[in-house]
Amino acid sequence: MLTIGLTHYLIVSAVLFCAGVFTMATKRNAIGILIGVELVLNSANVNLVAFDRYRAGLMDGQIAALFVIVLAAAEAALAVAICMNFYKNLVTVDVDQGDVLRG
Amino acid sequence: MSLQVGILWLCVTALPALAHEEAASGVGTGVVYAVPGGWFEAVMFYVFAGTAVLSAIGVCVSRSVVRMATWLFFALGAISVLYFLLAATFIAAIQLIVYVGGVLILLIFGVMLTSQSPWVRFTPSRLNLAVAGLICVGLLVCLSSILLEADFGAPLSTTPGVTVEAIGRRMLTHYLVPFEIAGVLLMIVMVGAAHLARQEKQ
Repeated sequence: MLTIGLTHYLIVSAVLFCAGVFTMATKRNAIGILIGVELVLNSANVNLVAFDRYRAGLMDGQIAALFVIVLAAAEAALAVAICMNFYKNLVTVDVDQGDVLRG
Repeated sequence: MSLQVGILWLCVTALPALAHEEAASGVGTGVVYAVPGGWFEAVMFYVFAGTAVLSAIGVCVSRSVVRMATWLFFALGAISVLYFLLAATFIAAIQLIVYVGGVLILLIFGVMLTSQSPWVRFTPSRLNLAVAGLICVGLLVCLSSILLEADFGAPLSTTPGVTVEAIGRRMLTHYLVPFEIAGVLLMIVMVGAAHLARQEKQ
């Protein structure tokens, strides 16, 4: 209990992942869904760094986490721009209203 | 802002303590940032892991987007402290700079620019909440039971401190191709985001 091991970090990461999935599934605001995605990516990063610390120790996990951070930043920038366009066209960010392409 | 300052202060005060434990155990002569074990690491882990988990649950349950962003702020800060505890100081600094300083501000700008009032609410249906909650709790139970059962073998006794120099060297030699691809991707994203967000000229 007092010795912090790999499992502690993995369980924290599992909770973060489930919280992110729940957020993505229930929020109807496009920006809210984006926040859920950020939580999921962060939980993956915690996993990578924890495995790197306790198993490999070769900093490969840390470099993978760096790449994930780069991709998450790029994704957030692009997704916010898409939200702006969504809002400009539909005057709402409710993703349920975005059914213009429905046949 | 005050949270960032507080986290940085905690890290600055925490690292010498961890390094001191390392010096006492007499292992390693190079740069060693942290060593597992001891009550200090346990207290720090439980405090900040609890903060991260509670903030993530706050993100789930709050209805207003502004509150979700605020909870995400606390979650990201606590996760960066977890990186410090994992001896990944560079990743922790990058987490603070890129996530807390960049992505979160971007999200808050998005909230401000896309809602008529900052307290705009979208209430999900009860069926939606029930199904999503059931699936997520089931997933969490499955993951936790697997993680508690799994045997990952003996942990490494000590970790050599990963310096920024080492990360840079490895990234520009072993990971050169992904590094270049990430650079090209960032440029494409920059151009694409500017194009998407551009005002159309009438």
